[in-house]
Amino acid sequence: MERTTIDLWFGAFVTAGFVALLVLALKVGNLGAERATETYRVEARFDNIGGLKVRGPVRSAGVLVGRVQEIHFDNDRFQAKVMLALDKRYSFPKDTTASILTSGLLGETYIGLEAGGEDKKLAAGDRIAITQSAVVLEKLIGQFLFSKAQEEPPRKQEEPKKAEDPRKPEAAKK
Amino acid sequence: MLEGVMHSLARLGRNVINGIWRAGSMARFFGLVLASSGTSFQRFRLVMREVYFSGVLSLIIIIVSGLFVGMVLGLQGYQTLQKYGATESIGVLVALSLVRELGPVVAALLFASRAGSAITAEIGLMKTTEQLTAMDMMAVSPMSRVIAPRFWGGIISMPILAWLFSAMGVFGGYLVGVVIIGVDNGAFWSQMQAAVDLRYDVLNGTVKAFVFGVAVTVIATFEGYDAPPTAEGVSGATTRTVVTSALMILALDLVLTAFMLRSAD
Repeated sequence: MERTTIDLWFGAFVTAGFVALLVLALKVGNLGAERATETYRVEARFDNIGGLKVRGPVRSAGVLVGRVQEIHFDNDRFQAKVMLALDKRYSFPKDTTASILTSGLLGETYIGLEAGGEDKKLAAGDRIAITQSAVVLEKLIGQFLFSKAQEEPPRKQEEPKKAEDPRKPEAAKK
Repeated sequence: MLEGVMHSLARLGRNVINGIWRAGSMARFFGLVLASSGTSFQRFRLVMREVYFSGVLSLIIIIVSGLFVGMVLGLQGYQTLQKYGATESIGVLVALSLVRELGPVVAALLFASRAGSAITAEIGLMKTTEQLTAMDMMAVSPMSRVIAPRFWGGIISMPILAWLFSAMGVFGGYLVGVVIIGVDNGAFWSQMQAAVDLRYDVLNGTVKAFVFGVAVTVIATFEGYDAPPTAEGVSGATTRTVVTSALMILALDLVLTAFMLRSAD
């Protein structure tokens, strides 16, 4: 078959296109690196998961050790049931604590694991018993206001006002 | 005065009926192109020639604009993200907006004005100089010999151009964000990699580019084939190609995005 310049250009064009796709997939989209590792599933129940999403990160000491695989609502206990897929390279003690955390003020919600002291390790299908729910900012502000209101009796503030009030009309008269 | 109102009403009605008529014949034309594209694959050399003219020759404008768009996104994104102390997210911003939206849409707009107008002018001129009729006389179907290869050439080129545009844009964002402004290199790439999903972002962007490719080439070939055989007619058809394609690209983008965002949740 006769070769023409068009063939060369066509080949170069298609090759450039697939190189660009490969860059998008590997460098931008990060294909493969995470899916290649084997995982084991662990369950955790929370009273409130806040803004946690499926495929959200699970971190321990700040390092990514797994992903959130499923989130369900347990209608018997009225709690959120979260399935975590943890990397097989890492193992955690049975009394590990799982808490819902947020990176920064506006950052993503993730699950933080804090290792306990037990010798037995978490195995596939185990449940993390000690969990800590997401901090709901509205509740926190409500509690803060409530405790502030209890601390300071309102009388202290009213007394100086009463002392001030009579002076003002006098000043106006003068 | 009444006559003037009646006149403008009549013109409005004529334009609407004409528009519906054209939409119908464009749909029939699309079916005809698909039916007569067998030759394009038997003689793939014809399609490759069109890929060269509509794709390879558009490379310069696509690459340069992709680079500039990415750099502008980097600069603008930095200005806003700085207020929230989240400048490392600049990679996420640049990559997501390019891969999901700007890559396919801007590449398609450039493709319509660079290659679509050329296709229309070429076919329109072939019709004006009665080359298409001459082919028909020689029992060579102009549909399968002229129209279908241009159609398939455009469809092959469009996703490739969109990928190149996105990749160059990310590189432009990297140049501005990391090299010039000095955002941390590791955070730039790792946050981007955490946020960009292959299925929902890269694949959906490719689907968009493919749909835009079909829309632009169908409009361009139809306008050329349908052009009145005069100099004025060809120039009008070329203008209509660019205007109609741009509107179709943006309208289709809205529809596709609505579908894709729903399926992502």
